[in-house]
Amino acid sequence: MPQDGMSAIAHEQSPEGWRSIVTDWSADKQTFHVPWGKAMMWIFLVSDTFIFSCFLVSYMNVRISTAVPWPNPSEVFALQAFGTDVPLLLIAIMTFVLITSSGTMAMAVNFGYRGDRARTTSLMLITAAFGAVFVGMQAFEWTKLILEGVRPWENPFGAEQFGASFFMITGFHGMHVSFGVAYLVIVAIKVWRGDYERAGGNYEIVEIAGLYWHFVDLVWVFIFAFFYLW
Amino acid sequence: MATVEEIHEAAGPQQVRHEAHESHGQQHPIKIYFWIWGLLFVFSALSYATDFIDDGLFRWGLILLFMFLKAGFIVAIFMHMAWERLALMYAILGPPLVLLVLIGLMAVEGDYTLLTRLDFFSEPPPISAPEH
Repeated sequence: MPQDGMSAIAHEQSPEGWRSIVTDWSADKQTFHVPWGKAMMWIFLVSDTFIFSCFLVSYMNVRISTAVPWPNPSEVFALQAFGTDVPLLLIAIMTFVLITSSGTMAMAVNFGYRGDRARTTSLMLITAAFGAVFVGMQAFEWTKLILEGVRPWENPFGAEQFGASFFMITGFHGMHVSFGVAYLVIVAIKVWRGDYERAGGNYEIVEIAGLYWHFVDLVWVFIFAFFYLW
Repeated sequence: MATVEEIHEAAGPQQVRHEAHESHGQQHPIKIYFWIWGLLFVFSALSYATDFIDDGLFRWGLILLFMFLKAGFIVAIFMHMAWERLALMYAILGPPLVLLVLIGLMAVEGDYTLLTRLDFFSEPPPISAPEH
């Protein structure tokens, strides 16, 4: 951890519990004992939490306030499989793909801190590949719904607000996944080239990229519960 | 089934982990990630399974339970929040709690809008009163 001697000493002597919060915030020194990049990523993720929350809360609001029945997600997102309509089949597969990618990302962070460049790079690329698969399946889902006549202003299944909420929420999430794929590929290439080895073997960047990726998975947990299961 | 704590205790005493955290960033035994990974799969399967049971408080209780369990494990273990210092933990996890106020306000407002719409936009009931 890149800390100067003073804060490292203060850190070791600092008390536990609420007292540790008081000491961390009150002294004339660094408050968060983490690399600045990690602190900034966390703060960015808090702001992103508020953005997604605004979307989900406005979705809740329009869904409560409409007098027209809301389309049943189990039926709208059902797929024909095994000769029958399986509800939410694609969504379930997308969920498992994203969780799998979160697992490979966690592994990548672990191997990064061990300095295992080959494994870190390949696990990050696998994570990015799962992300790309997720976005591909989302594109399929969008195409299917658009062909069925779902628009942000109307749809054949029920309340008009359905389309606006669906495209806004899943679109913004899919955009996050897409950016995440690009981010992971860039960091993976830099790990492979040995950029961080030259910078003193510091692989915190892998963990920071991982924070972003896990957040994308986290948001999907809430979208899955509130948009697809409601 | 071993709990997260047990896995960690098996991996080494508290002190060792703290020292590792200090010097090499977030480094934890790989076993714990496999455990959480497996749990996330199980919880996802279970929350998907709720789609097949009747709607009601029980179903919603399960959906929310699995949702918070998944979110909690992702944040605590995958994002390493469980091992961060409290100052960071509270600074990050505290502010989103105010969203509960927004959710409450918007739910009340949504209900009001719905009642207003039902009042003004629905078919007028047959009125037997004289026209003039």
